[in-house]
Amino acid sequence: MDSIFDLTLAEARDLLVKRDLSAVELTRTYLSAVEALNPRINAYITVTAEAALEQAKAAEAALAKGEAKPLTGIPLAIKDLFCTTGIRTTAASKILGNFVPPYESTVTANLLRDGAVFLGKANLDEFAMGSSNATSAFGGVENPWKRQNSDAALVPGGSSGGSAAAVAARMALGATATDTGGSIRQPAAFCGIAGIKPTYGRVSRFGTVAFASSLDQAGPVARTVEDCAILLGSMSGFDPKDSTSADMPVPDFAAACKRGVKGLRIGIPKEYRLPGMPAEIEALWQQGIAWLKEAGAETVDISLPHTQYALPTYYIVAPAEASSNLARYDGVRFGLREDGVDLKDLYERTRRAGFGEEVRRRIMIGTYVLSAGYYDAYYLKAQKIRTLIKRDFDEAWGKVDAILTPATPSAAFGRDEKRDDPVAMYLNDVFTVTANLAGIPGLSVPAGLDAQGLPLGLQVLGKSFDEETVFAVGRAIEQAAKFTATPALKAAA
Amino acid sequence: MSLDTATVRRVASLARIRVEEDELPRLQSELNGILGWIEQLQAVNTDGVEPMAGGGTQALRMRADEVTDGGIQDKVLANAPDRAGAFFAVPKVVE
Repeated sequence: MDSIFDLTLAEARDLLVKRDLSAVELTRTYLSAVEALNPRINAYITVTAEAALEQAKAAEAALAKGEAKPLTGIPLAIKDLFCTTGIRTTAASKILGNFVPPYESTVTANLLRDGAVFLGKANLDEFAMGSSNATSAFGGVENPWKRQNSDAALVPGGSSGGSAAAVAARMALGATATDTGGSIRQPAAFCGIAGIKPTYGRVSRFGTVAFASSLDQAGPVARTVEDCAILLGSMSGFDPKDSTSADMPVPDFAAACKRGVKGLRIGIPKEYRLPGMPAEIEALWQQGIAWLKEAGAETVDISLPHTQYALPTYYIVAPAEASSNLARYDGVRFGLREDGVDLKDLYERTRRAGFGEEVRRRIMIGTYVLSAGYYDAYYLKAQKIRTLIKRDFDEAWGKVDAILTPATPSAAFGRDEKRDDPVAMYLNDVFTVTANLAGIPGLSVPAGLDAQGLPLGLQVLGKSFDEETVFAVGRAIEQAAKFTATPALKAAA
Repeated sequence: MSLDTATVRRVASLARIRVEEDELPRLQSELNGILGWIEQLQAVNTDGVEPMAGGGTQALRMRADEVTDGGIQDKVLANAPDRAGAFFAVPKVVE
């Protein structure tokens, strides 16, 4: 072992269980990386060093007794959207700046049950609304990757930009994330790591700050596909506290990574070839097709005819649900309060002061599309088109087992680009948003570098509750791509 | 459909978000930019298509109508910006 930071989650776990690595040493090493890099990268909003060391000591004791659980002693970053008992949970918003949950989200409870160590709460776009982490009330996150011969700060993607940057820079072995329109897969692609949004209902939403409830789904980001599989196994499972949680057994996702792709039919949707798409993205996609064929899969040209309508549909459905979900932030029961002359004035001043610009914009779009006289023209229309988008996939599953697309239409961009045009920013999610609307799983896997040395990802989409095939295809791409590049900013021992 | 200033003001009021007069023109132009882009959806034929309301394909579960937790008043009030005894406190609403 050259450096403790070169270990994947799976490798670190093996060494911990064999007692060749100390859980306390592992957590100390990662905490030192956080201390060194976080002032610049800003991947964490809150670092919980003391609690992490206590958890690591407990892990050490469990390992000494031979009582290892799936994640015993593994240091993780937790997106600051998951409520953690007694630890400030902000959603990167001023309105929740001092909120200390008296309860634990099911996802973090499951990870703690399985022995994980929490290093802290990861930065994100405010209320998970954004594709660059620029909307965080706690400042943006710097992508650890740099263009060749340039030190310009690039965005890590969003909304799970802190989670992705932390994993890429070796400030955590893995991280929790959430994905409403691409917020796991796009930052994973921008930061050269893997990330999966599982099927809607696979992971409980209980205790996760809500953005758009019919689209939100939590999942992991990690350096390898197998690491994501291990983390998803712990995060998943039926939860009576979430009415949309699926009462289904959790398969062995890590085992599925090893299945291979021989005989699988992989759909290549022609609608994902966008006019003006960079040649590098197209080339990477063709490379992915070639890799899967070499590994024994068959590719099939398919059509998902309503793809072009997915993004505008999303920008009705998501803001509508957000305007309803975020109505709870009223300055009365928790969070920020700005006093006013009467109750309505208190609400309006609190929400003006507490929400950032993009969140206010989306709440207003959502309020408008749900308002009397416009509901049918916008919201109902979008819900019907959502049915058509899902139907496109349902028909494709008659011909293919999984679908391969690019993960994003570009590599990471500069902090000052795309700032002034909300719609240009929304286009980041053009390849990822369909999976949220249809409720299907999607995995982003690092597959290559662009001409400037920035990572690019490929996306694998699968049938509902068939993450296993998605993992198998993702692992095959990972093996063929041999992606070993690492970012300019990263911890080294 | 393009929003005029009065509609932007009304939507802000419905959303309970204070908007200053000098912010209105920019907000109006941003919202119209987004709505103009969304307008392309009107071209899709959705005759006879059922709306998709949820993200899952499974029917929502039923459960017994009974209290599953409770007795956690302190936790519920723990983050209150203002409270009076066991209650959340707000400015006087009824004269």
